[in-house]
Amino acid sequence: MTTTTTERRAAVRETAPLLSVRDLTVTFQRHGEEPFRAVDGVSFDVRPGETVGLVGESGCGKSVTSLAIMRLLPKRGNKVTGTVNFEGTDLLSLSDAKMRDRRGRDIAMVFQDPLSSLNPVVPLGVQVAEVLERHRGMSRKAAMPVAAELLKRVGIPDPVRRLRDYPHQLSGGMRQRALIAIAVACAPRLLIADEPTTALDVTIQAQILALLKELVEDTGTALIMITHDLGVVAGLCDEVNVLYGGRIVERGDRHPLFRDPRHPYTNGLLASIPRLDAAGERLTPIPGSVADNLPWDHACAFAPRCSQPIEICTQVTPQLEVADGRALRCHNPVTSGWSGPSAGQTEGDVAR
Amino acid sequence: MLRYIVRRLAQLVGVTVVLSMLLFFWLRSLPGGPVNAMLGERATPDQKARLEAVLGLDQPLHIQYVAYVGRILRGEFGNSSAVLPGADAMDIFLARFPATIELSLVAVTIAIIAAIPLGYIAARRHGSILDNATIVGSLVGIAVPVFFTAFLLKYWFAVKYGWLPVSGRQANLGCTRITKFFILDGLMTREFDCAASALKHLILPSIALATIPFAVIFRITRASVLDVVSEDYVRTAEAKGLTNRVIRSRHILRNAMLPVLTIIGLQVGSLLAGAILTETVFNYPGIGEALVSSFRGRDYAVLQILILMAAVVFVLVNLIVDVLYAVVDPRVRTR
Amino acid sequence: MSDSPKPTNPNPTNPIARYREARKERIDSLAQLSARDRVAVGAGAGGPGSDWTPSPDEVSVTESGTIEEKPGVSLWRSAWLRLRRNPVFLLGLTITIIFVLVAIFAPWIAPKDPVTGYLIDQVRRQTNPVPGPQPGFPLGGDHLGRDLLSRLIVGSRQTLIVGVLATFGGFIGGLILGTLAGALGGWVDSLVMRLVDVMLSIPSLVLALSIGAVASRPSQWTLIIAIAVVQVPIFARLLRGSLLAQRSSDHVLAAQALGIKRGPIIFRHMLPNAMGPVIVQATLALAVAIIDAAALSFIGLGDPDQRTPEWGAMLGQAQTYIYDHPHLAYYPAICIIVVALGFTLMGESLREALDPKTRR
Repeated sequence: MTTTTTERRAAVRETAPLLSVRDLTVTFQRHGEEPFRAVDGVSFDVRPGETVGLVGESGCGKSVTSLAIMRLLPKRGNKVTGTVNFEGTDLLSLSDAKMRDRRGRDIAMVFQDPLSSLNPVVPLGVQVAEVLERHRGMSRKAAMPVAAELLKRVGIPDPVRRLRDYPHQLSGGMRQRALIAIAVACAPRLLIADEPTTALDVTIQAQILALLKELVEDTGTALIMITHDLGVVAGLCDEVNVLYGGRIVERGDRHPLFRDPRHPYTNGLLASIPRLDAAGERLTPIPGSVADNLPWDHACAFAPRCSQPIEICTQVTPQLEVADGRALRCHNPVTSGWSGPSAGQTEGDVAR
Repeated sequence: MLRYIVRRLAQLVGVTVVLSMLLFFWLRSLPGGPVNAMLGERATPDQKARLEAVLGLDQPLHIQYVAYVGRILRGEFGNSSAVLPGADAMDIFLARFPATIELSLVAVTIAIIAAIPLGYIAARRHGSILDNATIVGSLVGIAVPVFFTAFLLKYWFAVKYGWLPVSGRQANLGCTRITKFFILDGLMTREFDCAASALKHLILPSIALATIPFAVIFRITRASVLDVVSEDYVRTAEAKGLTNRVIRSRHILRNAMLPVLTIIGLQVGSLLAGAILTETVFNYPGIGEALVSSFRGRDYAVLQILILMAAVVFVLVNLIVDVLYAVVDPRVRTR
Repeated sequence: MSDSPKPTNPNPTNPIARYREARKERIDSLAQLSARDRVAVGAGAGGPGSDWTPSPDEVSVTESGTIEEKPGVSLWRSAWLRLRRNPVFLLGLTITIIFVLVAIFAPWIAPKDPVTGYLIDQVRRQTNPVPGPQPGFPLGGDHLGRDLLSRLIVGSRQTLIVGVLATFGGFIGGLILGTLAGALGGWVDSLVMRLVDVMLSIPSLVLALSIGAVASRPSQWTLIIAIAVVQVPIFARLLRGSLLAQRSSDHVLAAQALGIKRGPIIFRHMLPNAMGPVIVQATLALAVAIIDAAALSFIGLGDPDQRTPEWGAMLGQAQTYIYDHPHLAYYPAICIIVVALGFTLMGESLREALDPKTRR
């Protein structure tokens, strides 16, 4: 199984990327305050049909990355540089109107909190149908049956009746399904899911992830999965980017990364997940928080929280070094290897 | 929904009962008591004694109160002593009320048409010069007394340049009366000069009166749009690639209008208070002007019905607004 | 699993370990400080809260190195720190201070006696009802030949007295009703709130007029009482709301757990905490009271004694001379507007500074 996956992955890596993010930097600037780089030179590719994870704690810049790709950041108070190449066009240099044409049609997004992400005073049907009206040029009358079909497809029972319902009349899981229906309405080539399961119960989380996986496999849509939860990544992603302090610190295909995490941060993240095969063992959280970060300029931001820092970590910025489809930004990588879940023992064994 | 309306109606009844009690005690505490209030101060002792017997003022308080409520329900408030001596107070109210409704409706319409777009624009350009200018403008607007605004308008546009009439409700054209709403009457009878004259008389008072609701509606709209714009569902709408027009009308304004609607209902009170002043400045024959004349002439019969009706109208309008709110907001409607 | 990396015991000479320890201590002490002074700043320091949102505010907190620069600041102190640099607030404050000073020292500032009809000889009912500006009388006289400037200056007193007393009266009334309703709850609450609803449902001027009608003779006191009554329900609602919100808050529960009686809890723990919004409301209410007082005098509810100058009444009398002498109305109106604006600007910026929603 591992071999076939590796072969498949190698083949995927040969295809031209659908989305290619290069040196994406988002700087927040508020007058009278130091500018702050929330995203700091992030580069990664997403190929057609591929599922890519962006993983990290709160504040690591993963959501800002997704909003920058969608050009949904507030107009004032920030500066976005770099390129976001989508099928040969740089999204960042598109006009507002052209970008508007692409959002919801070519690239769609699923947000974290399904209740607040749906308009409370507009019936569900209209909220699904309006995407079709906008991008497919359908009339309301023509769009409604399609909307019902979409709701059915994402597993909402009795969809025709639900069209007239309002978001507050649905359960949390149903709302997230509705948001997904809205996102996939125009069969986008890229779907960005920003912590789509964080606000949901554990059982519902699994259902939503299964639904996303099914949709991706059926339609060949590429997916960027943004999450702080490695459990989510384990079951879904082909490739994983681990972000820390606005930069990618480690990248790799799922299996190698889980089997052999090189960055102490990735290692720490894996050590802090409850595992079924480690019953009775204590979880080891990463000490400190993002607030302890050092600036990247002359150091490794993670150094103050690192389990194995060396002197150079507080003096020299580590560079992202790429080799064999893996990338790592660390002066003192984990060498011994983490004797966690071995190969082929990934998705099912991670609780959640 | 129905339960909601029933509950609001029950509240309305409660408010009216407390109000009638207050009015009852208010009448008794007036100088000279209720007899004076109903007959006026110039009545003869003989008349007074007869009325006292009819009103049963020698009876215990609770019986008097029940009798008082009965009189209110039958519309017997007594006769005017100063506003229109001898006339029934209820008739005076009925004659004056349409004038004030006409004035208030035009004023609120002006305020809404001007305030909501301006509030929306100010919010979307949050922090811009336009935003700050309108904010300061609305604060100044609140500080300027309505009667001074009315005074200024009257002086410049009516007295100095004579473009618009100085006072009154309509020129003496011998117009036909159907509904007592003069503009409506003029349109119905095709006496367009009558409608035009009524409209001309309304322009200045309604602009003066509109300043208060304008400032309030503007501020609420701005604050409410600012709140809504940062909501997740607006970001979702942007992520859908919807046009600006759809985002504005369906996703921002439809949500932002909910608090605005409530505020418009609450404005009825300050509108009536403002009508008192504007009508006085422009000698406009509505209930506001009647209130001032009845107060100045100590015409308690008229004063009494006007106070009662002012409160009832306020509560009724807010009931209507609440029901409207429920219609607009599905979270209330489908509860 | 024996070789899973544990947080390694930091070598005390390790530079990062030292850095980390120092950082922790600072945050801990900050958190303690914040708990004591109810700081808003400390909340962001830990950072385990919500996911990163692109709000530039949090940046200053999450960004490394800025935390220690923010000292623990109490609500009022931080409000003052922001107000001190707010031009709107400073303008309002200046206007208010000047107004209060003028009102207090009016008799000494006013160049002439406001009651004597110095120019009465010039007044001709038909040809020259209002004497114009002339040496010694920069704004001219009124229809009784009295010095307009002196009357405006002395009139500020009346405005201040009526405004302050009426607002104070409204506050006291609201305090009693609001405390009864909010502290006792139950049927007292329902009864008081129904009464308050009724008072709110009568338009302010109508309510004031009906209060004025009860008095057999209008006077300054009728005016004050009428305006105070109008303010009562507003203060009552405000205090009740604040008390109700506090009833289940931690510091009240803590006081109850310590066995403190209801009275002391209300007066020593709950009411002082409700004072922030009340002070804001009082500032705004002062502006409203001044405008309402002017409006009521304009209608004729005020002191019928024409000798005491009062801005609203002066504006009312100016109506008679609107055709030829609109300046008689302009001067008092400008006084009212400027003073009301001063209180409004001050109140609005205070409200914004104390409102956690707008603390940005």
